[in-house]
Amino acid sequence: MEKIHTHTGVGVPLRRSNVDTDQIIPAVYLKRVTRTGFEDALFAAWRGDPSFVLNQEAYSKGSVLVAGPDFGTGSSREHAVWALKDYGFRVVLSSRFADIFRGNSGKQGLVAGVVSPEDIEILWKILETKPGTEVTVDLEAKTATADDVTVPFQIDDYTRWRLMEGLDDIGLTLQQADAIAAFEETREPWRPKTLPAKHLPSIEIEAARPV
Amino acid sequence: MAGTLAEKVWEAHLVRRGEGGSPDLLYIDLHLVHEVTSPQAFEGLRLAGRQVRRPDLTIATEDHNTPTLDIDRPIADATSRTQIETLRANAKEFGVRLHSLGDADQGIVHQVGPQLGLTMPGLTVVCGDSHTSTHGAFGALAFGIGTSEVEHVLATQTLPLAPFKTMAITVDGTLPAGATSKDIILAIIAKIGTGGGQGYVLEYRGEAIRALSMEARMTICNMSIEAGARAGMIAPDETTFEYLKGRPHAPEGADWDAAVEYWKTLRSDDDAEFDAEVVLEASDLEPFVTWGTNPGQGLPLSASVPVPADIADEGERETAAKALEYMGLEPGIPLRDIHVDTVFIGSCTNGRIEDLRSVAKVVKGRQKADSVRVLVVPSSARVRLQAEAEGLDVIFKDFGAEWRNAGCSMCLGMNPDQLAPGERSASTSNRNFEGRQGKGGRTHLVSPLVAAATAIRGTLSSVSDLDLPEEIDLTTFDGTPLDGVGASPLGEFVTDLPMPIASRPVGQPALR
Repeated sequence: MEKIHTHTGVGVPLRRSNVDTDQIIPAVYLKRVTRTGFEDALFAAWRGDPSFVLNQEAYSKGSVLVAGPDFGTGSSREHAVWALKDYGFRVVLSSRFADIFRGNSGKQGLVAGVVSPEDIEILWKILETKPGTEVTVDLEAKTATADDVTVPFQIDDYTRWRLMEGLDDIGLTLQQADAIAAFEETREPWRPKTLPAKHLPSIEIEAARPV
Repeated sequence: MAGTLAEKVWEAHLVRRGEGGSPDLLYIDLHLVHEVTSPQAFEGLRLAGRQVRRPDLTIATEDHNTPTLDIDRPIADATSRTQIETLRANAKEFGVRLHSLGDADQGIVHQVGPQLGLTMPGLTVVCGDSHTSTHGAFGALAFGIGTSEVEHVLATQTLPLAPFKTMAITVDGTLPAGATSKDIILAIIAKIGTGGGQGYVLEYRGEAIRALSMEARMTICNMSIEAGARAGMIAPDETTFEYLKGRPHAPEGADWDAAVEYWKTLRSDDDAEFDAEVVLEASDLEPFVTWGTNPGQGLPLSASVPVPADIADEGERETAAKALEYMGLEPGIPLRDIHVDTVFIGSCTNGRIEDLRSVAKVVKGRQKADSVRVLVVPSSARVRLQAEAEGLDVIFKDFGAEWRNAGCSMCLGMNPDQLAPGERSASTSNRNFEGRQGKGGRTHLVSPLVAAATAIRGTLSSVSDLDLPEEIDLTTFDGTPLDGVGASPLGEFVTDLPMPIASRPVGQPALR
């Protein structure tokens, strides 16, 4: 994962609350088996609307999304993070994130910073008054700056450290391989195993037909 | 030290306690895999030259992207077919057990775990799907994860996790006739909001919860995520043990006794402290339906569509106005006046055998409204077989409903089962987001009983709007089959070689 210390890019005001992951990327785009190439799917239902913020020239190259509360609710699809990143976003600021979305962001190097609702309102006003304004996000200082306004954001220390060091979670955990093996020795025999497979006898399933 | 149920399960899975702000490392007992959120995870393993650490704690099925018609023919959509083929190839390469389309154990991943007896109290269960919270009904700590975490669990069988807060949700009293566990959870979400559970594990408790069947409890835990919580749990009891006993992967003999002894300790201590508490009275509940575009926008069916102008908070007013515009609803009209085009009965929320039985009780011998399309999609192939053994399929077909093969189907509209733009559904599923069931589709979340009554009347309805014969008991759905039809016995199960099913080409029938 790429190290991130600061990022500067055009801020995009998304004046909506409860932007769920079905809106970030509808399910029909989840059929792909690749990890990239989801930029066309981002906010697909809204992209056809000329008044949608990303369809306005000044915001179309945005990389810092400033969204309303409860961003990323619903489905666990990491595709939502991939779509934001593929489009060019590096930072999302909101007053509240869904837990799974925030976790997914951290794994993929997308900064999800929690900003107070009042400060989100201030950022929106700046970005709407002067479209194309750049926002500088400083992970070290945990601040976002637009024009002459600097607001603080929250991010948990562990995620921040991993983002700044560009560390791979799996690699970190595999350093604990001995502890994992030792834990496995203590697991009780009643805990389930999927193999060898046990199941009821196989019975033919009749295929339903269109009526 | 006194602890909550969730804390006890957490502590029992600590591989390593995090120090200095780093997360705890938790062992994962059961990893459920499906075709949509796994291909990039397996690809990650391949690129890093890593193996699946514990294929024997991993199981895969095909559900999100599978057709519910013509399942014995090649999947028409090429991208969908590729995704299914990719899962089959990955399962084969990495030695993961897979139940494919056409197999009797294929189905929605959250049905497959419980019905095989793999889901048990005291486990940690994860899956790349937010409705993994369903398994919390057994007293497991179960939550959805993203694809990076899927890869992490495949490679290490652990997850680094930051501790959570705990919320007790107590539901006292007795549910009135016509109200179900779906109405309980919709009322909870309406009360605490879609972000109310964020950062918490919810524990549902109280008289009304204890009285519920296992399947009804699964409906409640399933929608914990709709309140923003990653997980919801219910302490195991005799209902749980009864459901599990004799299932294919349930412990046997001395292992069963040891397990039950341990499971009985899995309850929040009397003096355990929760970070938040919510109390609800079940006898006050009536059937709930959603009117907006998030699951928190729900009201009792007797209410009217909200009038945004009457909402004091500016943000909420705008949100409500936007939702009503999308939903195409006049402010202030009674919810019962809303006409629907489609009734969808299915999903990991309400596609189990008890749900199908309750719908069948209501629609038996009747005709659906002419204007309504009715889709019945069992949550698994086994549920379909069970329903057919009980004659429910005949009741549905006589009613005018379509009887489909198992899968996620119209809950998320990934396969061809979608709403057309502007089409309105009453759906027993879990999300009413914009475009969830198809671009421009409008969703009202309802219980199976409301779905059945709505299918008959064509407008959002409860069973109290129908002239039901008095002998139909709608107060309990405890797994009792309909009168006059016998439940098929669970029967003896078979033990297969480790990898029975992984390598069939798409569209071929399962091994017999």
